[in-house]
Amino acid sequence: MKKTADVIIIGGGIVGCASAYYLAKAGVKDIIVLEASRSIGHGGSSRNGGGVRQSGRDVRELPIAMCAVQKFWPSLSDELGVDTEYTRQGNIRMGKTEAHLRKLDTLTTNCRNMGLDVRMIDRKEVHAINPYLSDQVIGASFCPTDGHANPLTTTLGYYIRALEKGVRFYTNARVMALEKVRGQVRKVRMEDGAVLEADTILLAAGYASRKIMNTVGLEVPMHDEIDCCLVTEMEPKMFPQMLGCADADFYGHQTRHGSFVFGAVAGPEMLMDEDTDKVNFAHAATLGASCRAIEGYVPLLKNAKIVRSWTGWCDCTSDGVCVLGRPEETPGLVLACGFNGHGFGTAPAVGYMMAQTILGEQTLVDLSPLRYERFQEMIG
Amino acid sequence: MFDIQEKLKEIGPYVPESDDDLLVCRCEEVTKGEIRRAVHEGITTIEEMRRFLRCGMGLCQGQTCGMLTRRLVARELRVPQSEMDVATSRAPMRPVAMETGGRDLGVEKPAAGGDAE
Ligand SMILES: Cc1cc2nc3c(=O)[nH]c(=O)nc-3n(C[C@H](O)[C@H](O)[C@H](O)COP(=O)(O)OP(=O)(O)OC[C@H]3O[C@@H](n4cnc5c(N)ncnc54)[C@H](O)[C@@H]3O)c2cc1C
Repeated sequence: MKKTADVIIIGGGIVGCASAYYLAKAGVKDIIVLEASRSIGHGGSSRNGGGVRQSGRDVRELPIAMCAVQKFWPSLSDELGVDTEYTRQGNIRMGKTEAHLRKLDTLTTNCRNMGLDVRMIDRKEVHAINPYLSDQVIGASFCPTDGHANPLTTTLGYYIRALEKGVRFYTNARVMALEKVRGQVRKVRMEDGAVLEADTILLAAGYASRKIMNTVGLEVPMHDEIDCCLVTEMEPKMFPQMLGCADADFYGHQTRHGSFVFGAVAGPEMLMDEDTDKVNFAHAATLGASCRAIEGYVPLLKNAKIVRSWTGWCDCTSDGVCVLGRPEETPGLVLACGFNGHGFGTAPAVGYMMAQTILGEQTLVDLSPLRYERFQEMIG
Repeated sequence: MFDIQEKLKEIGPYVPESDDDLLVCRCEEVTKGEIRRAVHEGITTIEEMRRFLRCGMGLCQGQTCGMLTRRLVARELRVPQSEMDVATSRAPMRPVAMETGGRDLGVEKPAAGGDAE
């Protein structure tokens, strides 16, 4: 193989694949993507709940989520030639108690202040929008421009189109370390000892990004979290909205195919510090707890049959939002990691802006609130 | 390291076969031709194939078509079947109603008829 490129991207998830696609589309000829596992999209990108959500997001991240919804998602199926199943029919975040409603109200006010159309709705309106919800739901926040999409076809769609544009993808390609050449991060050391070299390196390897950036002296405080999902058999069409709840007991939606996909946090093993390649399970109690939570909000689904459950990992930072851009102390290196379980909905905009960053263009939205240096500034 | 561009060059373009419209995955209605074509688009593992075409993702979770799909993909990639990944098995083994799944804390209100699954 040719050991040099203009850009090397570490991580074949949706962020790596989308960045490769937009770079190739912008005319960059020589791009390599390195994916540690045997499959593209092996990580969170193919395991997530498919939420394309703006409401309730952190104000530092919200502009990216809004940009993705306004500029990318509506035309993405055409752009990629796959059915992304993007559905923009709103997100209902439900409450059953006054405390729930207070919590939702705070989140709603924060997002409204940033210009997002999201509002509190009362019992009558929430049941009018979705007649399948439990009578115990007394109110909700509603964001009409939120929605959901299919993470599997979207991730692989970016991959296939990037491949078609000549991007060189390698699987079974685990990066162990970065190396500097005269102050510039240029080299990538592989597990099998091979050394590759590029003018720019984009690090988009989920939680593994931490160990990799450590090899050139960078550190982002982060941890890995396990999250659990389940899918039912096909059901008659019920409702198009994405659902969530104030206490985050579960979230989910009905896919175009008819099955319901729901997600929930994985109980006591959520923070298990284990090698994600070897461990891929949730605590045995998670599935039961998810079922009870779902039935508690959508009673009719009690008869829906679960055909499969799975887990995935979320790369979570200490301040709850991702790290994007070029750290000042490592010229040549661009970071895109720490997506805190929200990185699917924003990925098209993030991929596009990582391409802009690499090309030295001004990004669509200001990414400075997400810069690497914020962790240093915290210490003062 | 597995070089996907090299592999696609090696296997050449997709060539239609007379029985490409055969159904391989009955649950999700995926044909032999769709699976073969996807390989040439860059789908080179069973994990990716299931996600891309949904074959093996329906009610039986690939218990019927899993081996067939694996054989087809291996043949298209010109590798022995033993080199292909195997689809990951996941709980539950048989489809389980949400109500049954949620009863793991002990039964408060046994459902009439019990757990048929
Ligand atoms: C269960 C679950 C539900 C979620 N629900 C939602 C949701 O509803 N909405 C939403 O917006 N987001 C959601 N997310 C989050 C979302 O999936 C992620 O934020 C997003 O996929 C991040 O994409 P990525 O490309 O950064 O990461 P990943 O998809 O994890 O990709 C990183 C890739 O890097 C590879 N890699 C690791 N180490 C190395 C190495 N050393 N060398 C080379 N490659 C390496 C990995 O194998 C992996 O393929 C959810 C996540 C999970 C797990």
